[in-house]
Amino acid sequence: MISTQLVVVGGGPGGYAGAFLAADLGLHVVLVDPEPNPGGVCVYRGCIPSKALLHVAKVIDESRHAKGWGIEFAEPKIDLARLRDFKNNVVKRLTGGTGQLVKVRKIQYLQGWAEILDPHNLKVKLVNGGEETVQFEHAMLATGSQPAMPPMLKIDDPRVMDSTGALDLPDIPKSMLVVGGGYIGLELGSVYATLGSAVTVVEMTPGLLPGADRDLVDVLAKRVQTQMAGVLLETRVVKMTPAPNGIRVAFEGKNDPGEQIYDRVLVAVGRRPNSKIPGLERTQVQVDQRGFIMVDEQRRTHEPSIFAIGDVVGEPMLAHKASHEARVAVEVMAGENVAFAPHAIPAVVFTDPELAWAGLTEAQAQKDGRDVTIAKFPWAASGRAITLDRTDGLTKLVLDPDTERVLGVGLVGPGAGELIAEGVLAIEMGANATDLKLSIHPHPTLTETVMESAEVFFGEATHVYRPRKMKNEK
Amino acid sequence: MATDFHLPELGENIAAGDVLRVLVKPGDALTKDQPVLELETDKATIEVPSSVSGQVKEVKVKAGEKVKVGQAILTVDEAGGASAKPSDAAPKPEVAKAAPAKAEAVAANSAAKVPSDEPGLEQHVEGTRRDAGADKPGTKSEKVVDITRGARAAAEPAAAPEMPAAPAAPSVRRLARELGVDINQVAGTGNGGRISDEDVKNHAKRLVTSAATGHAAAAEPLPDFSRWGEIERQPMRAVRRKTAEHLSAAWATIPHVTQGDLADITNLETVRKKFAKQAEAAGANLTVTAIAVKVIAAALKVFPQFNASIDMANGEIVLKKFVNIGVAVDTDRGLLVPVIRNADQKNIMQIATELAQLSEKARTRKIALEEMQGGTFSISNLGGIGGTHFTPIVNAPEVAILGISRARIEPVWQDGQFVPRTLLPLSLSYDHRVIDGADGIRFLRWVVQALEEPFVLALQG
Repeated sequence: MISTQLVVVGGGPGGYAGAFLAADLGLHVVLVDPEPNPGGVCVYRGCIPSKALLHVAKVIDESRHAKGWGIEFAEPKIDLARLRDFKNNVVKRLTGGTGQLVKVRKIQYLQGWAEILDPHNLKVKLVNGGEETVQFEHAMLATGSQPAMPPMLKIDDPRVMDSTGALDLPDIPKSMLVVGGGYIGLELGSVYATLGSAVTVVEMTPGLLPGADRDLVDVLAKRVQTQMAGVLLETRVVKMTPAPNGIRVAFEGKNDPGEQIYDRVLVAVGRRPNSKIPGLERTQVQVDQRGFIMVDEQRRTHEPSIFAIGDVVGEPMLAHKASHEARVAVEVMAGENVAFAPHAIPAVVFTDPELAWAGLTEAQAQKDGRDVTIAKFPWAASGRAITLDRTDGLTKLVLDPDTERVLGVGLVGPGAGELIAEGVLAIEMGANATDLKLSIHPHPTLTETVMESAEVFFGEATHVYRPRKMKNEK
Repeated sequence: MATDFHLPELGENIAAGDVLRVLVKPGDALTKDQPVLELETDKATIEVPSSVSGQVKEVKVKAGEKVKVGQAILTVDEAGGASAKPSDAAPKPEVAKAAPAKAEAVAANSAAKVPSDEPGLEQHVEGTRRDAGADKPGTKSEKVVDITRGARAAAEPAAAPEMPAAPAAPSVRRLARELGVDINQVAGTGNGGRISDEDVKNHAKRLVTSAATGHAAAAEPLPDFSRWGEIERQPMRAVRRKTAEHLSAAWATIPHVTQGDLADITNLETVRKKFAKQAEAAGANLTVTAIAVKVIAAALKVFPQFNASIDMANGEIVLKKFVNIGVAVDTDRGLLVPVIRNADQKNIMQIATELAQLSEKARTRKIALEEMQGGTFSISNLGGIGGTHFTPIVNAPEVAILGISRARIEPVWQDGQFVPRTLLPLSLSYDHRVIDGADGIRFLRWVVQALEEPFVLALQG
């Protein structure tokens, strides 16, 4: 029997960030997770391994792109075992690191599964056998999410994979169907496409990446069209049957290609919260209709001793949202009067080109009937983009027309995921277009596009000519 | 092109009002500046003029409804070229692009609801706002058409009540929370209203001082009155509500003292009656109130601390170099206090004329909000109805108020005998933070003397 101030259930980027902060604040902390080290989906089978593979894909793509500059490489020979090793080593290195941090912070790590007994006790079934009871002052539920698998697509065949299966890189199939044109489908689909698979993406809605602004998605979509064997919008899978030579797939919808056979199918239609925590019903914790644990702005559940953070409490299901929430929750436990109240949570799609946005999107502003001014800077006018031979990017600001305040930032292009951080800072600080314009950005870099978008707002961008905006125009 | 006309800013601190009357109907031709609504705000009834012209397509509010500043009131078909401003030309290509994008978004929403009731499935991109299913695609699709950038979209902002996040850095927001300050209530002093940590601290300081000077106790829960008989519940009208809030605040913050006195106005009454006819001919009603306004205006010159306000936050007394006298008027909407500006520079006839006009405006709801602002001292005359003395509540942020009751003929001991004299009961309430008892009675005695010996006015006033 362990008695602790805080038990964290789930060792993902939310759970471990919370546990680490709690330990730094002097609390006694127990962290429960079935994996040998903290990391969760993000590090073991999500963000991190997929980014390792996307980096590899990018190197291959660039080597092919170099042909246009007079540098020609032979087609790559892919040693799948070594590639897998590289990816696994990345994961191992990171989880080894978090494991070390658990030890130096003197956090008690229990490798196993938790079952809640009552609002102050839980039981952990240890991976290595046996059980441990933990009596706690506070618990933080950080159980995350898992790939959703609609029953219709659930057939018992190893050739039908979810994102976890796809990251294992079992082989490089000749043909592959990706169900879902969201970020997971596009990221993993593009990895397989670069490695040599003929990848078809099927998406139910009329566009890839629903939710992102169309002008940004259009840039990515153009590249996806050339990279993939096919993109079937407004189309859905109705039936999948295993066949000896592949998975037989029937579609319906606008771009129904007729019955097709694919070597592999990746189902990436979203993620569902892991809120079916054993024993949760012994507490007052409530779960909403979509399966998310309900919390207040301090991430407190309906049970006063229990907090919840991350994917299990709601969208967006992103690691950086989870870790921020966890730190807030821990500060609340430590007696601080703080709340989870971000102005912007950045979203990044790590395809090539990358797509990133934060704060208010143009589409959302229109939906809300909100008056905004859009300032766009096409990367064709960026010196840095031209040196990279990648001028297809776009930087855009969503601004309040009265106060010039930056409400949202959208980016598409190589490195957009890094560039968006400035947008987040601008939004959080309540910066306005003048602030961005007057901050000197290094030359020649892609970050200049943010500064120049602000200049576009005033009709005075150095590298873009636009008729000047009259001051009295409203 | 159809545009919405939104309720414009109406004045300081006015966020909403009750619609008394709608003055236009669909099909009406509307010209700019034509009144479209009669709106009852906290204290004034306002006619809201249109800022657009064209044909009224749809009226979105009804009498009796509460409308907020920014809320859509009318949809107006702006005939022809009226809307072709030069600004529309530049962003056109983007508009054209935006519309299909919007259509996609709408379709995405409707499609998103189809597949499954399993959680998480609707959302294809994590990191987007959670909005699937929240909208009614049917109503949205109409809006797709006439969205123009730079012009307010046809959607009524009321449908998206979400406040834009306060322009404050995360550290500032956190500070506000720690101090118990609602960041959305803080006025930012930076560019575009950006809120600094100083702004938050100042706001908190103000809150603390106003709280420290006393606050109203929370109302006790009401019993179930219907246990004892039939009841009827009526909504509080705007004026009633405002009066309730304002007077609770005044009562809670001001340490009140009320002093009574009697003014022998026998002589004054003789003179008043003598000139009443003459005044009437000039269009004025020579009332005791009008005379009292003049007397008080003169008294405030002699006793400037009665023509002041208190600024606890800065530990200062604000002395006003102008004399504006508010006069309480009883109307069927409730208590209104029109203000006679620069009463010290006007003679009794002028005051009487102006008072008659303002009272009439107040009773017929024509009075403008500005005509009820800026008072430095108030007078409440209940004598027309009756009563002896009462305890008027100081009309904060003023520091004193004079209550007048009904004059009566009473026997007064004079020169060894009782003589019938007309006595006017006066009740002076004042803010003891600024005015002490001795000053209070000195002021009241001066007023009494001025009423008894009008020559004092000529001498000192």
